[in-house]
Parts: sequence; structure tokens; C-alpha cells
Amino acid sequence: MKAFVYVTLKKTVLDAQGKTVTQALRGMGHAAIADVRQGKYFELTLAEGTDAEAARKEVDQIAAEVLSNPVIEDYRIEFGE
Amino acid sequence: MKAGVVVFPGSNCDHDAYYAVTQNVGAQAALLWHQESQIPSDIDAIILPGGFSYGDYLRCGAIAKFSPIIGAVKKFADAGGLVMGFCNGFQILTESGLLPGALIRNNNLKFRCHQVGLRVETTNTPFTNAAEKGQILTIPIAHGEGCYTAEPHVLDQLEAEDRVVFRYVQNPNGSLRDIAGICNASRNVLGMMPHPERATDPLMGSTDGLVVFRSLLSALVAK
Repeated sequence: MKAFVYVTLKKTVLDAQGKTVTQALRGMGHAAIADVRQGKYFELTLAEGTDAEAARKEVDQIAAEVLSNPVIEDYRIEFGE
Repeated sequence: MKAGVVVFPGSNCDHDAYYAVTQNVGAQAALLWHQESQIPSDIDAIILPGGFSYGDYLRCGAIAKFSPIIGAVKKFADAGGLVMGFCNGFQILTESGLLPGALIRNNNLKFRCHQVGLRVETTNTPFTNAAEKGQILTIPIAHGEGCYTAEPHVLDQLEAEDRVVFRYVQNPNGSLRDIAGICNASRNVLGMMPHPERATDPLMGSTDGLVVFRSLLSALVAK
């Protein structure tokens, strides 16, 4: 089983990199793109035989305490193969 | 006064801080390895130096906050010990929750490395008691992620409690309300993006950083 963790800056936090990418895209003529927000993606491979329910709790804790900073970021977790 | 300068893998201002304290301030210093879990009993103040602890991987300071020494620094601070974080040290203090807010990518996306004008906003701290309120210090910055950010109510609280210690005269990085340095509610933990240790000798272009260390010395004497 794998856990896919998406970490994004909160909407209220300035995303200077995303803004620059937006401007670059507009400069390239992609008028359809109104805004870009940049984030981070983590793919966690769980050890064989890990209990699924325990793993969910553990990954949530890892995402909250390590992979994201609650002051500036939100996170979302998906599980899959 | 004996300062403990914490050394993380990737710290690069640890020796600057050590040199500033021992050579330019005339006090004592010791280097403390990040794997140590206790602060030696003869240490009077802790400096978290600048640099790129753990390569700044994940987020600046994000991995450093889990190092054994930070647990010891938290205890030291809880007991009233004086702690200063410069640059990466400030980032580690916010990540560890010892100071509120966070430091994010400069709004101009540039790594800014130059002298800045820094206004002393309060002298009611152990780190600025030898300065004058409103005094402008010339101290260098060197960072790509020094944009101070926090929720508006946190900023309001910092201002209401006189905890904004330094402001930029000209904002180099987009920091909210021009904030360059703050202290905790107990006023014994300071975080600032500029490098006072790099402004302690005329050869460095400024000696204005000395006032931070002189303040520290007089605060320790008063203790």
C-alpha cells in the first residue's frame, strides 16, 4: 500500500513561486491560466503487512507534524497501490 | 558569559557566531553538536546559527526541529534561558514552535545578500537593552526564505505585546509588517533573519551587531 501526501500553501499565504509560474505561462500565451499554486507531493510506501488502519493514523500524524507546517500549509492524503 | 553555538549538519554561520562571541565580544563560546541531548551547565545563552541545517530539505528548519539538541534548547528556554536564532536559526525556532509564524520564500524569489537598515523597535528584551528605541542598525542579511508570515491576529498580538524587536527600514523580502525579528512572550527567545554576528568587526563593514551581544552580556549580569 502507498500513501500519497499533497502539501499546499494555505490560500492566505503568498505563493511567490506559483505567481512567477503564472506570469511565465501568460508570457507564453497561455491566456487560459488565471493562477498557479505550487505545492509538494510525497509518495510513502508502507512496509509489507502494515495494518491499514494503523497506517492511516500514522501517515496522518507524519503529514501533520513533519511533511507540513500547520502555520502555512494544508495537506491531503490519498491511499492506493 | 559562555554562549553555546549549536552545530547542525549544514550550519555555515556556526564558526562566524563562535568567532564573533570569542574574538569580537570578548566572551566565551562552545560548539554544541546537534546530537547532544543536554545543554552543558556552564552555558549561559544559546545561539542557533545561520546556514542550511539538513540542507533545508523539506522546509527550512523542518528536520532540525526533531534533533536531540532542540529538545534540550526547548527545556533551556522554558527554564528562562536566553536563546537567539539568526537566519536559519530563526527558521528553526518558528518550526519548533518556540516562536510564532513562519519564514517563506522571499516575495521577489531572490536570494538577498547585502546590508540592510534595521530599526530597533523595542529595547525591552535581553537582546536589545543596550540599544536605543528607533536606532537604525546596519546588519547584513543572506537568505532566500526570509519572508516572515503569520495570521493577522498573531501579528496584532506581537505588536500589542511589544514583541516585534526589529523591522526592516526597506523591506527586502516581503515580510509582513516589515518584521525582521521577534521574541517570545517571555522575552527570552529571539529570532531574526539578519546576521548580527556578521557585523561585529570594522573589517566586516559594520559593528552594529555588537549591540545585540552587549545587551545579552548586561542581561546576564543583571540575572
